Amino acid sequence: MSSTHHPAYVHHFENLGEQKEAATFGMWVFIAQEILFFGGLFGAYAVYRNLHPEAFYYGSHHLNIPLGAFNTAVLICSSLTMALGVHAAALGKRTQIVGWLLATVFLGSVFLGIKVVEYKEKFDHHLVPGTSFDASQLHMESIEDPALLAKAHKAAQIYYSLYFSMTGLHALHMIIGIPIILWIAARAWLGQFGPEYHSPVEIVGLYWHFVDIVWIFLFPLLYLIPKPH
Amino acid sequence: MTETAAVPAENHDSHEDHAHPHVVPVRTYILVFLALMFGTAITVGASYVDFGHSYLNNIVALAIAFSKAALVVLFFMHVKYSSKLTQLAVGSGFAFLVILFFFVFADYLTRGWLGTPGS
Repeated sequence: MSSTHHPAYVHHFENLGEQKEAATFGMWVFIAQEILFFGGLFGAYAVYRNLHPEAFYYGSHHLNIPLGAFNTAVLICSSLTMALGVHAAALGKRTQIVGWLLATVFLGSVFLGIKVVEYKEKFDHHLVPGTSFDASQLHMESIEDPALLAKAHKAAQIYYSLYFSMTGLHALHMIIGIPIILWIAARAWLGQFGPEYHSPVEIVGLYWHFVDIVWIFLFPLLYLIPKPH
Repeated sequence: MTETAAVPAENHDSHEDHAHPHVVPVRTYILVFLALMFGTAITVGASYVDFGHSYLNNIVALAIAFSKAALVVLFFMHVKYSSKLTQLAVGSGFAFLVILFFFVFADYLTRGWLGTPGS
């Protein structure tokens, strides 16, 4: 079958190759926008951590590092299964595409489930910013300077605001990604992808890998803050 | 022409045709995966090491994170094998992030330098 007779081919492109190139380019322009979207939050993080290093250290100290590290591993595994799904698509192996995509959805769901456990811990300990926020949970007594201690007590809410908005926005991206992967898996099951056309699998893969990259930065920046000195 | 369409004959006239891209071997994906897992382990490990100054911990953590991100972008996202146009789009995304951070810090990091007139 020639590339201009493929059912997925649309006539305003010269051929399927050009069509794929346009799709990849478009997705990367979208990802560039996403980089800046998250970049604003990373910028806010950098500014406030620079202003309140103690609050960020003691705030991060209350996060669950083993769960965070495990989730990082889960997300890296899901990136591998996604890459293998795209690989299967390029080789036209229908059932393998579906299998790897479902594995990706499963690992993404495990990540979100662990995130729920972590969030619940923060709610239980009154570490959600708002009127019931309780900075005494963070055990900052070792800060000797009373002025510094008062400042850190107030600024701890800034750390947790950033924690919830950054991980929340990241989780939202996964919640959006999972149904899209399921939709692509259904299309793969129907045999719509093969060596000559599998752009949708590639494109959703780019999205998923991007979400993985965001977490690669969030994990050390939110969980592993060193004691400032 | 066969139905397998491994290389459609009419594509030879276009150098821009990427309908049959370079298929990355599975071994490459496994190696990248292992490097990412290793990177995660040393990120956690390095956070407990006292390098003398806490900013050194930050530099180490970010250096590992950028290396991991580069592996994902180049291999999992196929940018190493992509067209120049795609690579330009990828680069511009990060270039604008650098601009964003440059101007944010040009403001916030320099605020205390000159004092406030009249106070």
